[in-house]
Amino acid sequence: MSIWEYANPVKFIRTTDRILPWVSVAAVLCLVTGLVWGYFFTPDDYRQGATVKIIYLHVPSALMAINAWIMMLVASLIWIIRRHHVSALAARAAAPVGATFTIIALATGALWGQPMWGTWWAWDPRLTSFLILFLFYLGYMALWSAIENDDTAADLTSILCLVGSVFALLSRYAVLFWNQGLHQGASLSMDKEENVADVFWYPLLVCIAGFVLLFVALVFLRTQTEIRARRSRALLAREGRT
Amino acid sequence: MIALLLRDLRLAVRAGGGFGLGLAFFLIVTVLIPFGVGPETGLLSRIAPGILWIGALLACLLSLDRIFALDWEDGSLDLLATAPLPMEGIVTIKALAHWITTGLPLVLAAPALGVLLSLPPSGYLWVLVSLALGTPALSVIGTFGAALTVGLKRGGLLLSILVLPLYVPTLIFGAEVARRGAEGLAVQTPLLMLAGISFGTLALLPFASAAVLRINLR
Repeated sequence: MSIWEYANPVKFIRTTDRILPWVSVAAVLCLVTGLVWGYFFTPDDYRQGATVKIIYLHVPSALMAINAWIMMLVASLIWIIRRHHVSALAARAAAPVGATFTIIALATGALWGQPMWGTWWAWDPRLTSFLILFLFYLGYMALWSAIENDDTAADLTSILCLVGSVFALLSRYAVLFWNQGLHQGASLSMDKEENVADVFWYPLLVCIAGFVLLFVALVFLRTQTEIRARRSRALLAREGRT
Repeated sequence: MIALLLRDLRLAVRAGGGFGLGLAFFLIVTVLIPFGVGPETGLLSRIAPGILWIGALLACLLSLDRIFALDWEDGSLDLLATAPLPMEGIVTIKALAHWITTGLPLVLAAPALGVLLSLPPSGYLWVLVSLALGTPALSVIGTFGAALTVGLKRGGLLLSILVLPLYVPTLIFGAEVARRGAEGLAVQTPLLMLAGISFGTLALLPFASAAVLRINLR
């Protein structure tokens, strides 16, 4: 029993079919619990008022936007090294989800920034890095859709993902150097004194769990769709030949 | 390798377009900016380093799809791939040829265009230095993008979408060197970072470009 068994598409679909309902239900439960708890049962912040509640969407989506890219990076590496098709398709499936999370993070950030900083947008390092991350997602998806041959597309996008990761990191440090920030630093680390107060922290944790589960569910679903789409295309091609 | 370099250079010069077009584009962009933001000298001299950098970057971008497109169409890329030369070497030479035909003229033209934008006198040297250090990185990164999109019919637009995000760090540090130089501040830190990016990409990215090219020629 090794993890590589799931490189078999049939096995992957069978297993994820069994897991998917549970993950989806858990995601919905976590999101509903977390958001309701966060929106209706936590006090307003003494300085930020009700706007602090944007945190329940902003932080989890920003977190998942980065994690989605890391997941794509790992999947691309697995494709390059071991050439499992499911892995390449999972990377492809994760890209639009990650891009959507990035947009959500940017949009909620703008909504939060308007009352707090008095501006929708500032060329702050964190904001700018996220915009650049979004551009990387766009390029990655555009390359996938531009190439007809599936294996070539998988190869090229995997390499783009690897190179892009390096450049995304470089850009992160370049923009840090380029401009000073408005955005606060990390306030959710485990080892720091100054963190978000516990009242906000627990519902936020539930929301983060909900977003993680949502991401997993969406990627499973979209990977299954990709596998089935490819299978039907193969069947059509075979019929056309005979 | 030298033969390949000479061949590419000769093609660029004789086929026309390669040398002049990028340069003309650079000129037009820098001329258009004052129309857009107004002819006020103070403002222009403040944004001149940035404009020169963005103009050079766009001019570079414009000529990227020519790196492999012609060789791809007439099949000489396949011949090169079967030649004893390693693919990494071919890619590096292609990037070098692109830099000599596009990047180098841009670097040399930048101070002249700086006059148009009333660049402060202290800025000329640093604009020249930062472009000379940064444009090789633009060529090398662009070669990677060109290798990614070589087989595609409508690769041009896709190429810019892929390459522009990769240009961000180079642009930031390069423009920072030019800006600080123009304002008479210390330039050492961004200059070192820019040099690091240039040499780093020059050393590592040809491997990625070669891998991508091999996949596309499969």
